[in-house]
Amino acid sequence: MSTKKILSRILQIVIVLIGISFLTFLLTYLAPGDPAQIMLTSSGVMPTPSEVAALRETMGFNDPFFVQYFRWLGNALHGDFGVSFSLNKPVVDLLLARLWPTLKLTIFSMILMLVVSVPLGMVSAVKKDSWIDNLVRGVTFLGVSLPNFWVGLLLMLLFCVKLKLLPVICSGGDFKSMILPAVTLAVAMSAKYTRQVRTAILEELSQDYVIGARARGVKERKILWRNVFPNSLLPLITMLGLSVGSLLGGTAVVEVIFSYPGLGSLAVSAITSNDYNLIQGYVLWIALIYMVINLLVDISYNFVDPRMRLSR
Amino acid sequence: MEMKKKSFFARYKVFTIFAILAILIILAAVFAPQITRGVDPAKGSLADAIKAPSAEHIFGTDKMGRDIFTRVIYGARVSLLAAFGVVGLSFVIGTFLGIISGYFRGIVDSVIMRIADMMVSFPGLVLAMAVAGILGASIGNAIIAVSVVTWPKYARLARSLVLKIRDRDYVAAAVVTGSKTPYILFRYMLPNALPTLVITAATDIGSLMLELAGLSFLGFGATPPTPEWGLMLSEGRAYMQSAPWLMIFPGLAIFITVVVFNMLGDGLRDILDPRSNE
Repeated sequence: MSTKKILSRILQIVIVLIGISFLTFLLTYLAPGDPAQIMLTSSGVMPTPSEVAALRETMGFNDPFFVQYFRWLGNALHGDFGVSFSLNKPVVDLLLARLWPTLKLTIFSMILMLVVSVPLGMVSAVKKDSWIDNLVRGVTFLGVSLPNFWVGLLLMLLFCVKLKLLPVICSGGDFKSMILPAVTLAVAMSAKYTRQVRTAILEELSQDYVIGARARGVKERKILWRNVFPNSLLPLITMLGLSVGSLLGGTAVVEVIFSYPGLGSLAVSAITSNDYNLIQGYVLWIALIYMVINLLVDISYNFVDPRMRLSR
Repeated sequence: MEMKKKSFFARYKVFTIFAILAILIILAAVFAPQITRGVDPAKGSLADAIKAPSAEHIFGTDKMGRDIFTRVIYGARVSLLAAFGVVGLSFVIGTFLGIISGYFRGIVDSVIMRIADMMVSFPGLVLAMAVAGILGASIGNAIIAVSVVTWPKYARLARSLVLKIRDRDYVAAAVVTGSKTPYILFRYMLPNALPTLVITAATDIGSLMLELAGLSFLGFGATPPTPEWGLMLSEGRAYMQSAPWLMIFPGLAIFITVVVFNMLGDGLRDILDPRSNE
């Protein structure tokens, strides 16, 4: 990817972020429920109508929509996403505190996913239509149909309730508490990714150069490791980048089940308590993280595939 | 040649089996009152609360003494209606906007496609959660929320299919001979795009069911006392230790239904579009 292309992608990211911010702002604006009322009620006392009216005025909730939007956008550009109504803290501080746990969980489950699905997908493709291929295809098919919240609950039932490993892996804030959530996330993702690895390798194996190499008597193992695998890296990396999206979205459910202190569980409680500032901040942050990761993925093509370095 | 014919027939058999299973699930949803012999899924007696599976309540009862079997059967109604609702909504909106976009090009195309690009450029579930949460929890709002993030896929697909044929000679001939634009859209553009869109819709149903159940599980979809599988799972969570059947059966119901509809979608794709065979 050329520098020019990278710059245009960054511009695109900015445009998308502005679009998303407008959309979420519009939604919260149209949503039933008065934010001033919610802010006051969250402190625990029933506010009087005049208190609500006064707060509406000071917070600028009576201004026209676009005035409110641009004021919010201006603050957001300075890194100020406002104060969370329900938790009474700046949105940025709350998000920052939860960012690392969620990233850690995402990275850990991606590693799990890669360790499982790359070898399985490769074996399945190389031994196409053998019993092992059929088994892998069958299991991955069931895997993509599993609801991740159910998997999470079943793992919890098995390891925390039946096997009584409660103090070991089911509570606490250290590495061990990440195991079950990460496994839960990895189950569905691995199933999907194994199928994609299999398809990508099969696609590459059907290329003419493979037939040519075989005809010349090149060893099968050598063809696989020297040519086929490196060539199928490109689609695999692209799909990896895309799966980060479903991981980031999927963490919410898993974090709630395991009471894991990440962005997802924060977002769920923000939505439940109509904490609009926090919801907007969360949606924008996730969008930003996802798009930056995919940009990095595209830039990484330069290293994987020399052809990409030429201006394309 | 012989080999190929046989494998196609085998695939067709798989499709038939799963089509029958899907019809059985749909029939169970339609005839829920008959199957459960008139038991009310929303009512139970507290004397029967948290009973383990037995001859009387084959899937056990929940904290309100409601029969889980009855609720699981009625849950098929909610799950199927919601998933078909999302597919229907996104299909109609996406196809309409996509065809318009591809046929007219220009500013209309730019606006629609930039919105679609925006929607697909970040995780859909995150936005669906926010939309469903802000609109307020209800199954209808969950359908709207998931449709909001699903239509762009259909719009982009429909557009690309229309772009392929809009400059063909027979379309130009129709324009020159005075065919009205709506006629061209319906007579030429839509039929051309339809098969691929239908395949996509069929393969999507399973994962949409999962998303909808996930929203209900988080509390952004169906509300009590609706018998919805995701919601039942989240209600059963608290009783994991004492009453695991509360989360086994609704989970199995989701799993089996999604497997059946995924297989059906894949089978349909293999039959309608043999090129896509892996």
